Amino acid sequence: MARIESLELRDIRKEFDGAAANDGISLTVRSGEVLALLGENGAGKTTLMNILYGLYAPDAGEILVNGARVRIAGPADAIRMGIGMVHQHFMLVGRHTVAENAALGLRGVPFLRPGAWVAGRIREFSKRYGMAVRPEAPVWQLSAGERQKVEILKALLKGAELLILDEPTSVLTDSEASELFAAVRRMTAEGKSVVFISHKLTEVLAVSTRIAVLRKGRLAGTVPAAGAGRAELARLMTGGDVISAAARGPRIAEDAGAPALAVEGLTVLGDLGPAAVSGLSFTLARGEILGVAGVSGNGQRELGEALAGLRPAEAGSLVVAGVDASGRSPRALRDLGMRHIPEERLRLGVVGSMSVADNAVLSCHRDPRFAKGPFLDRAAIRAHAQGIVDAYGIMTPSADARAGALSGGNIQKLILGRETEGTPAVIVASHPTCGLDIGAAEFVRSRLCAKAAQGSAVLLISEDLDEVLRLSDRVAVMFEGRFAAVLPNSGLDRGRVMLLMAGGGEAGRD
Amino acid sequence: MIEFAPRPEPSAADRALVTLGALCSGLALAALAFLLMGAHPGRAMAAVFSGSFMSAYGLGETATKAIPLILSGIGLSLAFRGRLWNIGAEGQLLAGATAATGLALALQDSLPAPLAVPLLFAAGAAGGAALAALAGWLKTRFRVNEVVSTLMLNYICAELVQHLVYGPWKGPSQSGFPYTDNFAAPLVLPVLGATRIHWPTLVLALASAAAAWVLVHRTRFGFELRAMGGNPDAAACAGMNASRTTLLVMAASGGLAGLAGVGEVAGIHRHLTYPWAVSSGYGYAAIIVAWVAGLDPLLAVPAGLFLGGIMVGGDAIQISMGLPAAAISLFNGLLLLCLMAGEFFLRYRPRRRARTSDLSPVPGGAGKPEGKTA
Repeated sequence: MARIESLELRDIRKEFDGAAANDGISLTVRSGEVLALLGENGAGKTTLMNILYGLYAPDAGEILVNGARVRIAGPADAIRMGIGMVHQHFMLVGRHTVAENAALGLRGVPFLRPGAWVAGRIREFSKRYGMAVRPEAPVWQLSAGERQKVEILKALLKGAELLILDEPTSVLTDSEASELFAAVRRMTAEGKSVVFISHKLTEVLAVSTRIAVLRKGRLAGTVPAAGAGRAELARLMTGGDVISAAARGPRIAEDAGAPALAVEGLTVLGDLGPAAVSGLSFTLARGEILGVAGVSGNGQRELGEALAGLRPAEAGSLVVAGVDASGRSPRALRDLGMRHIPEERLRLGVVGSMSVADNAVLSCHRDPRFAKGPFLDRAAIRAHAQGIVDAYGIMTPSADARAGALSGGNIQKLILGRETEGTPAVIVASHPTCGLDIGAAEFVRSRLCAKAAQGSAVLLISEDLDEVLRLSDRVAVMFEGRFAAVLPNSGLDRGRVMLLMAGGGEAGRD
Repeated sequence: MIEFAPRPEPSAADRALVTLGALCSGLALAALAFLLMGAHPGRAMAAVFSGSFMSAYGLGETATKAIPLILSGIGLSLAFRGRLWNIGAEGQLLAGATAATGLALALQDSLPAPLAVPLLFAAGAAGGAALAALAGWLKTRFRVNEVVSTLMLNYICAELVQHLVYGPWKGPSQSGFPYTDNFAAPLVLPVLGATRIHWPTLVLALASAAAAWVLVHRTRFGFELRAMGGNPDAAACAGMNASRTTLLVMAASGGLAGLAGVGEVAGIHRHLTYPWAVSSGYGYAAIIVAWVAGLDPLLAVPAGLFLGGIMVGGDAIQISMGLPAAAISLFNGLLLLCLMAGEFFLRYRPRRRARTSDLSPVPGGAGKPEGKTA
């Protein structure tokens, strides 16, 4: 395998249905460097890298490796040239072991004892790059962070000299992300190069050598990471659009009435049997935002699902706005004022085959405003949907368009419009900004703050610690199904929260 | 090289074009099959359609066969909308026929027709609905796959009907044939002129098509059904009760097939007889009707007429060209396969894969010969 000393993309253009996803982009990646590809959702980052990996053919432009033009007709060509890609959504066979997954499509495996050979190579590579995985572990048992290590090792085993990481940290916790960055540094120290796709400024500044910023399919600029300012990058990304950071307005006055949500001794089982939430108790006041921080897999998902009525509680009680809601159905909980912004918006939040209008009333179509007896009032539904589309600036051809055709940010706006309508008693928001670009994420945050200011209680479950610290009145750190601590969010030390997230508990658990 | 790109949103025109293309491919494949059976494909195809659509007698027969196909097809399109793969219209039709026969044998001529006929249809609908709801209940309660349960119930119903007509219900007046006694006069459905078109069932079928369309597109229930079919996880997350919707739509689906069964025993045979004579595969052909109609209850009417025509044409080519009865089953199977394949083309658009502007060989590494595709 020839070393990739330099890889150059020249005037790459790619159109989808007449819209240019990439418009004349030229970039160079050199051996030993980390090139960050920064840009909002839909800026064309992934399209560009899919072209480099041979998944798409460019409409125009050329690719040069070490100064010579090449044709990449498919991933097989890319791999042969030493280009590896780790997709945002992993491509692993869940029932197979790590070694079996790595062996898929691998060349040069000896005829005798192939498993042992692959396992040996995995151990060697995982030691070399500091990415610990057990070759014999079945993939379905692994966390997202571990699966990503498997994907990276797979690419390295195939001889990747240039590794493309597509939004690698979107599934990682802060500590897993630092581990990934360390591995990336070891790779570049060996002369490999890495293209790092992201829309998070902080991590881009932390890991990359150079930063290429894409905006609306064009290259907005390339800057060395050393000395690059966050403001400059943000300006390049957004094209100078000012994004106002969501900030909390004044808290509404504490009232002596019942809390919006009171949870007592809640125990919820996880998918694999053992309790994922163990005897959790907390209260949420009107107008309060309680942020739940934690490493993923510590019971946050199960907590959110139990509060929404989607997962039965083994034990414990739930009181919403003074009414006992233990064991109620999702619909009954909703009628009590519980709203839920689900974690996986495409899988749980919308029905892609139905229209934007239908989706705007997905959870409230039985409301007398939208239904007369068994019949739907289509005009009222459409008017309501148009209202949400206008108020939230949802980009859609019309309210009758299929919801599945909307982008992630617009889908989240639609869900937000539906679930935060009026002043619900409680809003459980699970990872509400995950995967959104800066503009959409800020919109979601400001909306949650506005709802709290109007008196809704918000439970914000998020893996973005900055977001939790910025929005929350109190921060609960979730560890192994319990709150390791619930801390008032004033002068809170980030390091201390991270320590708690990692299980470095302190006395006096809540 | 051809690659497949996802289509953002199939338009109504795309949908019509793809369905038409699928039907044409199905017909072309069927013509090929006729050729392999030693028949002149053009003549055989002409015989199929002239036998069913080109004469007054043929049209009457086509409409007669279309009645059970339309009713069952509407029911199946409801179930399929909710992603419930009800393969049991055949059994549900027989259950409806059995329930109606049971009532007819009990009533004899005690009630006048305007009272008795609605009761007969109600009994048939209840019979079909109960059978389908059983499969729905097994699915919601024990997660039994509805494809398996509805299919198996078809065999159980067929055996039950055989048991009844050879055993307890065997009619003393039928000189040893495995038939029940003939229905009393008030219970026999009137027909149009010299045809076998039992018009009360036809009216019921047309009304059901309109009612089912309203149900799907204009009611809360239809909304929940479409949501469940489109994304069951999101429907559950939005607070919808999937078990309730499943039971109700299965009951509706089976009830419509049950109505078809009433039409067959009260309109055609006037007694219950061999299961394959009562139904002649309407429940399975209705699956094709539902797909030809694109799961639209209104379009199930023309689709039912089309499939009815093919069935009549099948009889015609058996008689006139000496082709085996299986020829027409083959025809139907090919049509269904082409329609299913058409679904793929609705979601994905084939196109030539664009080449990069430059075709120089890959430097270093193994290299690769020009023109080889990855």
